[in-house]
Amino acid sequence: MSSRLFVALCLVPLAVFALAFLALPIVRLILASGEGDAGWAIYWQILQTPRYLTTLIQTVVVSIAVTLAALAVSTTAGLFLTRNRFRGRAVLLSILTLPLAFPGVVVGFMIILLGGRQGLFNALLPGHVVFAYSIFGLFLGYLYFSIPRVLLTVMAAAEKIDPSLEEAARTLGAPPHRVVIDVLIPALAPALIAAGAIAFATAMGAFGTAFTLATNIDVLPMVIYTEFTLSANIAMAAALSVLLGIVTWAMLFLARTFSGTTVAAGG
Amino acid sequence: MKNPGRFLQLSVTLLAAAFLLVPTIQSVLAGLTVNYFQGLRSGLTLNWIFVVWDLYSSSIFLSLGIALACLVVTLIIGVPAAYAMARNPGRLTRALEEFISLPLAIPGLALALALLQLYGTYKGFRLSWTFILVGHVLYTLPFMVRSVLSVLAAIDLKTLEEGAASLGAGPARRFIDIVVPNALPGILAGALTVVTLSIGEFNLTWMLHTPYLKTLPVGLADSYASMRLEIASAYTLIFFVMIVPLLLAMQWASARAQRITQ
Repeated sequence: MSSRLFVALCLVPLAVFALAFLALPIVRLILASGEGDAGWAIYWQILQTPRYLTTLIQTVVVSIAVTLAALAVSTTAGLFLTRNRFRGRAVLLSILTLPLAFPGVVVGFMIILLGGRQGLFNALLPGHVVFAYSIFGLFLGYLYFSIPRVLLTVMAAAEKIDPSLEEAARTLGAPPHRVVIDVLIPALAPALIAAGAIAFATAMGAFGTAFTLATNIDVLPMVIYTEFTLSANIAMAAALSVLLGIVTWAMLFLARTFSGTTVAAGG
Repeated sequence: MKNPGRFLQLSVTLLAAAFLLVPTIQSVLAGLTVNYFQGLRSGLTLNWIFVVWDLYSSSIFLSLGIALACLVVTLIIGVPAAYAMARNPGRLTRALEEFISLPLAIPGLALALALLQLYGTYKGFRLSWTFILVGHVLYTLPFMVRSVLSVLAAIDLKTLEEGAASLGAGPARRFIDIVVPNALPGILAGALTVVTLSIGEFNLTWMLHTPYLKTLPVGLADSYASMRLEIASAYTLIFFVMIVPLLLAMQWASARAQRITQ
């Protein structure tokens, strides 16, 4: 057997699998979205039906809020952990990256333990402080799985910044906040955009967390799920899935353009 | 502390860590407490763990089985493919890598709907555990391919292979004796990632599973919705005991593989 043929044969299992279980199903999904009563106008219908439009806006707003919060928290923590060496740093870093392997449902349960009826806040504070099933609970759940992802991206970039740049700025008399605005943020900008895009895409598509917490909240993955299982509105479920897939893919493509890596979307 | 900015940074870091850690501790405690509502005073017990074992042990074994099967399939598909891609770097390989990475970018729910649309009517397939396996392979395969590919791309594959070829080794022999041993750090990192992600996969699995085939995370969702807090917590505790060592091993292996590529 020639070497060339062998290398080509090495690709066959991947090609067969990707064709049968990735390419064809995606094509089928796209076609299915046009097979409803409305035909391809179903995508127009999404924007015209108040329920879908509100869902879409609500999902985007929550995802943007989570992205900004995760960026603020993880950039602060990430810079602190890159700059300082102290006892317990490794433990702190492990704690902050641990949720990477938690499925979205478990993250949802973590928020229930904090803000549910038997939750920590309801036990410690007088009165009834139950926020797990509100939009705020959902926000916290998304933040929970976004912090580790953003942190890793920011820290990888922060380790590459030349410390002499900061020193130079300081020697030239720049106050701390000017150092952050003029040196750190520009140096971190590609990583921040990438991390933000990852956080946004993950929040948009998070099904597990929403499944546990958002029984009364309309976010896109939950609406897709109910359209499919309860309403049996296959075409609409497919159309919303296609729309969601395009948005999350585009965001992660953006992330890869700005920095080499992407952390798995999931949640 | 002298510097107020640093104090603020430390506070934010500690608060974030507390936000992530406190509920996991609560979950561990709740799973071991006789009555969580009354608190630790009611005493500690392993009873809830046994209850979970009676109710859900089949889901735990199903998840382990699927994770191992997923590992075998991703090895068979992923390692040769990564080799072929490393041998032919270029635009086509980039496009292929981009395409098989789509399951990382498209939410699992959408992928599961796509699989159901195409294969939902083939009942023999739809109702078997291999349907869930396909979903897991779809989601974990890009990690295996990328992990192996990044290691192979960093070594001088061509020189090594030419050396072996001049000694008379055929292409299959070279793959087994040269490529696989050199790719081992990448294969190990990929394998640990595949197993960790497969055991925790929910978004695809929830749509693909049947009432008779519940994986661990599906069982977790089930217990969160219908069981008392202690049972849900004990089940989560079992999940943590399985997933945390895997995650730590995965981070160690990935860091090790990355050192080779630099």
